[in-house]
Amino acid sequence: MADTFDKTRSSDNEVVAFRVNGQDFCCDIMSVREIRGWSETTILPHCEAFVKGVINLRGSVVPVIDLSARLGLGTTEPGPRNVIIIVVVEDQTVGLLADVVSDIISILDDGLQPVPEMAAASSGAFISGVLMLKDTMVRKLNLSSVLPQTRSVAA
Amino acid sequence: MNQTSSEDFRETFFQECDELLETLNDGFSALGTDFDDIETLHAIFRAVHSIKGGASAFGLDNLVAFAHRFETGLDAVRSGEVSVTDDLLVLFQRCGDHLSDQVAAARGDGAIEAAQSDALCETLTEMTGATGPEAVEEVTDFQPATLDFSLFGDIGSEDEVETGHLEATCFTFQASADLFKTGNEPATLLKALERYGPVSVSAILDEVPLLSGLHPEVPHMTWIVTIDAAVDEADVREVFEFVDDCATLTFIDRQVDPGDSGRPAASGEDEPENADEPETQKGPTSAEDPSEDAEVASSGKIAAPPAAHSRNRTPSTIRVDLDRVDKLINLVGELVIKEAMLSQSITELGLPSQSDVASSLASLKQLASEIQEGVMAIRAQPIKPVFQRMARTVRDASLATGKRVNLVTHGEYTEVDKTVLERLVDPLTHMIRNAVDHGLEDAEGRKSAGKAEEGTVTLSAAHRSGRVVIEISDDGAGINRPNVRKIAEDKGLISPNAEMTPSEIDSLLFLPGFSSKEEVSELSGRGVGLDVARNEILSLGGRLTIQSNPGFGTTFSISLPLTLAVLEGMVIDVAGETMVVPITAVHETQQPKASSVHAIGTNAQVLATRDGLLPIIDLGNVFGLRSAPDPLDNHILLIVETEARRRCALLVDAIRDQRQVVIKSLETNYQHIDGIAAATILGDGRIALIIDPESIVARVGPSVVPAPEPAAASV
Repeated sequence: MADTFDKTRSSDNEVVAFRVNGQDFCCDIMSVREIRGWSETTILPHCEAFVKGVINLRGSVVPVIDLSARLGLGTTEPGPRNVIIIVVVEDQTVGLLADVVSDIISILDDGLQPVPEMAAASSGAFISGVLMLKDTMVRKLNLSSVLPQTRSVAA
Repeated sequence: MNQTSSEDFRETFFQECDELLETLNDGFSALGTDFDDIETLHAIFRAVHSIKGGASAFGLDNLVAFAHRFETGLDAVRSGEVSVTDDLLVLFQRCGDHLSDQVAAARGDGAIEAAQSDALCETLTEMTGATGPEAVEEVTDFQPATLDFSLFGDIGSEDEVETGHLEATCFTFQASADLFKTGNEPATLLKALERYGPVSVSAILDEVPLLSGLHPEVPHMTWIVTIDAAVDEADVREVFEFVDDCATLTFIDRQVDPGDSGRPAASGEDEPENADEPETQKGPTSAEDPSEDAEVASSGKIAAPPAAHSRNRTPSTIRVDLDRVDKLINLVGELVIKEAMLSQSITELGLPSQSDVASSLASLKQLASEIQEGVMAIRAQPIKPVFQRMARTVRDASLATGKRVNLVTHGEYTEVDKTVLERLVDPLTHMIRNAVDHGLEDAEGRKSAGKAEEGTVTLSAAHRSGRVVIEISDDGAGINRPNVRKIAEDKGLISPNAEMTPSEIDSLLFLPGFSSKEEVSELSGRGVGLDVARNEILSLGGRLTIQSNPGFGTTFSISLPLTLAVLEGMVIDVAGETMVVPITAVHETQQPKASSVHAIGTNAQVLATRDGLLPIIDLGNVFGLRSAPDPLDNHILLIVETEARRRCALLVDAIRDQRQVVIKSLETNYQHIDGIAAATILGDGRIALIIDPESIVARVGPSVVPAPEPAAASV
């Protein structure tokens, strides 16, 4: 992955692209803290189905969200090939479970297109835009909508 | 000067006030043992004076006015016009308390009744003969003489002790027109220098032209500023940081007071080093070191423990954001875990035990644990400020009850975690008030019991086997057990025919709704004090016990963990998950026997114990890890008791270990989960959840059996 970084370092507006259950997604590179391999989580009782549990990130307790389940694409049975993308959103550090990180992409301002209306109805809330590459479409995740929503209520 | 920086100065001033008020209280307790201790009196005077000086810079008029009158009263004593008596000392202490109220009010916490301030001032005037509110010096106007040295002007020989210089920092300050155009005020800047020591300023007027030639917008004055302390040039420049580009500072070599030309300029070197503060750059002479002062005075030189120096008494410290410390604690904890994992894998490699790797690893391990200890110690603070607040509580309580009380404190430098300290104030206040109000007899009662009229309340703190033990004892009548028992019976808290040991009767005081004082007094006795205090201490992971000796007094002991960051826990297995139960909640553990477990309804089970029937709660079921409880044979029951003294039995699969665990918040990155208090990281790097028995029992509902009062029917 290091080469990929070098290749595109000069650009300002970069996203990390990853695959979740066959679909391509991306999120702003500035939100991403690190990418690590799957490690067993500690299950949290009474939590949403898409929260896989918590992991120990250098002494912090970090919840892991199964993106596939969160986006309504079915639950993931994580294995050693899965990755956890550690992102920081609204002062919260969260791990996102994905199949694989595919690329770092530089995008121009007009490269991002609005979500088509019919798609917006279903999973659109999680997606803030789409990016057309040669033959694939990459969906840009709206990270704050992916987080467990009960937090503010519980806190 | 922009808003932020003046806010910063203000905050610095209040922090200094806290330190000065502490000095004040220290001084009063020292004065209590020796009324003629003139040095202490000076220290007190200087503290009040510095508060006044700072307050005037911020225009806190009420504070200045009161501090001034207090100072006048103190001055009368200092100059020998009035001698210190018990009553006067009490008055001074009350003035000190009021001063701290004033400071708090100026800071924005709470309001001050002017009447109280006036009443104190009047009493002060009466007792010291000091004249009333003579005009408070105009400290905010800039005049060379404004920095209050006029006060020392008529005290005779003591005066020299005050204003002499062993070392001084001297510089000239010239302001350009820009400085005034940008709205800066030289007087405020010069006042800000007071944090380093007493400041004297004189103006060089040579440059000022005649009125006819005077351009009103061009400044002509230069000021010579002398600070009675060795101050780093950089520190002084920091004060002038915001006017850097429009003011000229010229430093004159450290020199003695210009008025004292007989002394050699390099006098700084013969100043005795103070052993207590080898690291303090500013190197002030300690106001607390009488021998040093005596020595210097007798050799005919002039000793100068200047006012603001009292705040440098403690070894040099830095203020650090608590978050940074916590982050460090986190990382070090992780380091220790990683080290354990590394040594595990090296062991698996099967290297000979004498190998270099093994010995390096051993020293790494030692280093890591030393670092951990050191980092944890950063959060620890001496309990002294809390004790000082209690001294005030005792004074207030003694005033309200009319009982004369002497507070004795031991171990005030015992260190306790900062968070624990903060949360300790309320329960301690409750218990101190209780000790004065309920514990001590009134003067008549004490006389007839053959005790000194003045009651004694002792507050002590000590480290004992990894915990902090704080004891509050009084030398009063002790608990009137027949009376306590009668009240409990009247209130229906126990049944009349219950058999109770003396200590069980004493513990009745902790029951909610119990109040032994017949009339509700203003101070305590609403029957909420002790059980609230107890709950607060329990929530800190502490224990509260009571010991009473009829006729000789009562002692409350609080035993607290050293830190809130660590918890003593029982590591358990539930349905394949590892969890931790706080040991403080676990009353006992037992293996369920078929004969003692009974089913109620379809899936509820109860455990018959000698104290009654306890509902059995399957932790695995509560957390949704398994649906139906397994047969109980291979399981273990933890009998937990909540703060509300309700009990139930938690079903777990196995107990693995009992150990200290570091508490990690779940809320930081996730959210609160019902039944879970926090998380921790185990030796293998995995996270384990710490369960909260309190909320688990609450979920099960009110059917949970209350903890057996001695009167409860036994099965």
